[in-house]
Amino acid sequence: MTRGVRLIVLALGGAGLAALLVAACLDLPGFGGTWHPYGDRAVEASLSRRTANAIASVNFDQRAFDTLGEMSILFASVVGTVVLLRQTRDEKRGKPEPEEVALPVRRYALIVLPVAVLSGLYVIAHGQLSPGGGFQGGVVAATALHLLYLGADYRALERVRPVGLFEVGDALAASAYVVTGLAAVLAGTAFLANTLLPYGTFNTLASGGTVPLLNAAIGMEVACAAVVLLARFLDQAVEIEKENGER
Amino acid sequence: MTVLPYLVAVWIFLIGCYGLATSRNLIHAVGCLAVCQSATYVLLLAVGYRDGGTAPVYSDIKPGSRPVVDPVVQALTLTDVVVGATVTALLLALVMQVSKRHGTVDPDELRELRG
Repeated sequence: MTRGVRLIVLALGGAGLAALLVAACLDLPGFGGTWHPYGDRAVEASLSRRTANAIASVNFDQRAFDTLGEMSILFASVVGTVVLLRQTRDEKRGKPEPEEVALPVRRYALIVLPVAVLSGLYVIAHGQLSPGGGFQGGVVAATALHLLYLGADYRALERVRPVGLFEVGDALAASAYVVTGLAAVLAGTAFLANTLLPYGTFNTLASGGTVPLLNAAIGMEVACAAVVLLARFLDQAVEIEKENGER
Repeated sequence: MTVLPYLVAVWIFLIGCYGLATSRNLIHAVGCLAVCQSATYVLLLAVGYRDGGTAPVYSDIKPGSRPVVDPVVQALTLTDVVVGATVTALLLALVMQVSKRHGTVDPDELRELRG
């Protein structure tokens, strides 16, 4: 198919799809309306289980099983990336060279690094109370570590980031989620049902039953997954080169 | 205009499709796929919006004192973002392998399959 023909086919299909989508939009309930039956019930259920963050309650209590699926997608994609970006037979691993870093960059990266890691852990720990949670905090904590790559060099990053340990952490966190779900089964209710722990006092760290536990498991899983993913891509960019020396 | 946010989502989706179909670089195509996916974030959040609503988080507002937006679609958007990020990571890994094996990232030059 030449480019011209492809553009004509695209224009026809796009116009049809646009017409259908616009027709569908005109039939949706108006933007900003007051009719949200699922939202109202989710908020009610969240408050009855003393979880201040209704979104965390939806993710880790009402739809905890879907979050298990989501976590498996993340896990599978990490495994897939590790397999795809492995070192092949015609490649060798070069030693990363020490790099010069401008002094202000080095200074600010190293000042911000501990603050950023702490913010990530804070966001994970307060997932059931304030906006954020395991997914967001995990990404913040994992990317914060990589400030070391900006502020120092790749060898410094490799020293604080043993990839093997993070791979084990990823698998452990994923199984912790499943084990928490199975504990509910052993206690005589449904898989991942939030009946195991007392709901606690509203708006305190230990509220919401199993929500903080599942949230922490997801936080660890996401942080480890992000570190492993970034490590694979950085390895390709910095370390792995062809036999003849080119990257 | 109470349908404008929905139409914005439609426009983002279609512009992403246009980019995918006319792309001459696989990394650009992965970016276009991410644009398509971000249309679903806009659509989901628009569906859940309530006039004058705030975030459905009760750590600093009293329950029942203010209208809140729909937490279900917000959780769905979070799922969407996570899945989008993993798909992007996997596709970029595939692009790296394609570039190593075939020496090009132009989809038009990748006509025949090679073992």
